[in-house]
Amino acid sequence: MRKVAIIGVGMTDFGELWEKSLRDLTVQAGLEAIRDSGLRGEEIDALYAGCMSSGIFIQQEHIASLLADYCGLVPKSATRVEGACASGGIALRQAIMAVASGMHDVVVAGGVEKMTDILTEQTTMALACAADREWEAFQGVTFPGLYAMMARRHMHEYGTTEEQLSLVAVKNHENGAKNPHAQYRRPVTLEQVMNSSLIADPIRLLHCSPISDGAAAVVVCSKEKAKQARSEPVWVIGSGQASDTIALHDRKAITTMNATVVAAREALRMAGITQKDVDLVEVHDCFTIAEILAIEDLGFFEKGKGGPATQEGLTALNSQISVNPSGGLKSKGHPVGATGIAQVVEVVQQLRGQAGARQVKDAEIGMAHNVGGSGGTCVTHILSR
Amino acid sequence: MGVPRFWREIRYRYQLIGTKCSNCDSTFFPPRLICPNCRGAGKVEEAKLSGGGEVVTYTVVRVPPEGFEKQAPYVVGIVKLDEGPSITSQIVDCEPEDVNIGSRVRAVFRKIDEEGPAGAIHYGYKFALEQ
Amino acid sequence: MKVGITGHGAYVPRYRIKSRDIAIMWGQDPSAVEGGLGVIEKAVPGLDEDTITISVEAARYALKRAGIPPGEIGALYIGSESHPYAVKPSGTVVAAAIGAGARMTVADYEFACKAGTAGIQTSMGLVGSGSIKYGMAIGADTAQGAPGDALEYSAAGGGAAFVIGPDDENNVARIEHTVSMTTDTPDFWRRDGQPYPRHGGRFTGEPAYFKHVVETTKMMMGETGTKPSDFAYAVFHMPNKKFPERAAKTLGFESKQVEPGLVVERIGNTYSGSSLLGLCSVFDIAKPGDRIILTSYGSGAGADSFALTVQPGIEKKRRLAPLTRDLINRKKYIDYATYVKYRQKLVFAE
Repeated sequence: MRKVAIIGVGMTDFGELWEKSLRDLTVQAGLEAIRDSGLRGEEIDALYAGCMSSGIFIQQEHIASLLADYCGLVPKSATRVEGACASGGIALRQAIMAVASGMHDVVVAGGVEKMTDILTEQTTMALACAADREWEAFQGVTFPGLYAMMARRHMHEYGTTEEQLSLVAVKNHENGAKNPHAQYRRPVTLEQVMNSSLIADPIRLLHCSPISDGAAAVVVCSKEKAKQARSEPVWVIGSGQASDTIALHDRKAITTMNATVVAAREALRMAGITQKDVDLVEVHDCFTIAEILAIEDLGFFEKGKGGPATQEGLTALNSQISVNPSGGLKSKGHPVGATGIAQVVEVVQQLRGQAGARQVKDAEIGMAHNVGGSGGTCVTHILSR
Repeated sequence: MGVPRFWREIRYRYQLIGTKCSNCDSTFFPPRLICPNCRGAGKVEEAKLSGGGEVVTYTVVRVPPEGFEKQAPYVVGIVKLDEGPSITSQIVDCEPEDVNIGSRVRAVFRKIDEEGPAGAIHYGYKFALEQ
Repeated sequence: MKVGITGHGAYVPRYRIKSRDIAIMWGQDPSAVEGGLGVIEKAVPGLDEDTITISVEAARYALKRAGIPPGEIGALYIGSESHPYAVKPSGTVVAAAIGAGARMTVADYEFACKAGTAGIQTSMGLVGSGSIKYGMAIGADTAQGAPGDALEYSAAGGGAAFVIGPDDENNVARIEHTVSMTTDTPDFWRRDGQPYPRHGGRFTGEPAYFKHVVETTKMMMGETGTKPSDFAYAVFHMPNKKFPERAAKTLGFESKQVEPGLVVERIGNTYSGSSLLGLCSVFDIAKPGDRIILTSYGSGAGADSFALTVQPGIEKKRRLAPLTRDLINRKKYIDYATYVKYRQKLVFAE
């Protein structure tokens, strides 16, 4: 397989972007990425776009054609990828495989979601489509409900506390406050988080990532094409993807996302490194418990120790391992299909030294971890300077 | 949920009928055509479950999805049935404080939701704490 | 061929509201209301319960006591004035829920509060003629009382189910005889599409309830050559506590015969379930050989009377499912606001 580089990145602000449509967002992110790469639009061979639920949010399918059209890419090959909240990460992996195999030389991997054109109850219902519709959502469980059940079990098995769950949000807001694209750019206190209203016990409002609009894009290319890059290329040294049961109740262990474990193992083996070599990791903190599970299942901390590690500050910016320097989904925002790509945008900017006040010192190797649903899909990438 | 989609699962929902693989002796609910352990080598048949189980984890949904607004707050849990499989369901006829990990529960027949005042009514299983 | 009750099952929802809490709401004197109707509290179905879910629970308990495979049920009738659908039978949902086979007949019945006993009579005919082996008759309701109306104090939810089968000493009881009276008496009705019923006030007493209950019970005793003292228990339809007590007195029954069946005091009037839940309550304590007389009443109007003899089988079957008194004593009190929310008297945005 050929070596693969990422040479251009772009993303919109994340937030409630009333004035921007799905097309507007995608074009904005795509243009920024291609300009950042130093290549010309005509040099793009293909597009992979991650988007979870445009059908429900804006009653639009056939996103591949729509985006290729509005991005000025016709007649190039375009594919829409769906894996719930992992859509973006999967789109990136497809782009990487396309270049690594020699099929294409320059591929844009993007992700977009327009979530605010419908009411909150409808959005909640749309997100619940990432769960088992017949046997989970039908019974009245919501996404916060599923993660709340994981949290309660984790608290029962390992003694994780509500305070530890809340400290994840505090840390991520502190990072997000330094991220100009973030939806929430102000810190929150532990008291504010612990006093926020209950959504599904024990998950509170400030434990949850928000509903957001946004898009992100990266330009993936061969070693040859990377010579034309405007900035130092960042190399894809590892990629892993795995699946698990769609329903939480069918998992072997409710407090372990096995898809994360398997995907991480694959990516690390491909990169020929261990967790100790990773300087920063963007994890999928759709709810704060998800970050605690992620740092355990990725192997940065022992199972059950994610809460204490967070409490001891071992995941803060420039600590033992910088987790979610971007502010994570919690503070940066979570336009579902875009998240997986936005995580990689952050890693690339960190490895290039372009992260400003959020910069992880001497960042050499970064990881991105993207999850679909309650853990039915996980895709993870490792990038290196 | 469209009519045929609900109708084809009536037996399984109303009577808690799952499937069992006689090759590896695992029981599944909801029913599966293929045994995930044995795949092609599996021998899968229907199996009626007793309705008894234990709470593995639970939460109280306070921000409900569309269709469940009148019911909130309600308890949802994962129940490990005595025959082996775990399922997701509301836990009813109790206060949220009464539910614990490990509580014994039993299946009851209740309304799940309805498609508005003129639409179809969906029935199915929920679980009540054993007294 | 003689037939009997092979198994019985009762179901009462767990929520209760006290009459006095409703009275205070409407500026009535709580003690006068309690004393006048004799209803202390009534059963309220939860948001996820309706006549169908109540029928399923009662039917499952009845099957447990009957000990027969559900596939042998050849007919199933649910009598109610609160079927969830105006068109689409409740009976088919219940049949599917209990695992009955496809080879059976089902229809929903309505005759105000005596629709359940009508189902029993139909099942008796089918079983007795050898057309089917077993039948299931259910009386269940989630009756609605208009806010502020007298019926709001008593209209309640609950139901009972009976497996009717060939006479057998292993049964719960033998049905010796049934007789009915039917007239066109408009004492209480509900027009299609209306949420609440209307009634004739004091007209619902003498010319309606009492005339039919008393005359039908007299017909029953005449046709079976019996007198009140021959019966261990007498169960009447219970729109409140006063009516059945007065009917019993008029007919010559003593309060100790009537007391055990007077479930209305603690669960209210469960309409099509009323006399049937009274019967289930009697089955909690009746002994083999005890004779029971039951007369239901349905506005519109009519009464169905039954003479039963308890079989030895009751001893083994009684505890195979919850006792009626345990269901009555399983309760959680709710206030008027919660009651209004559960009974959907609020106008929700759809």
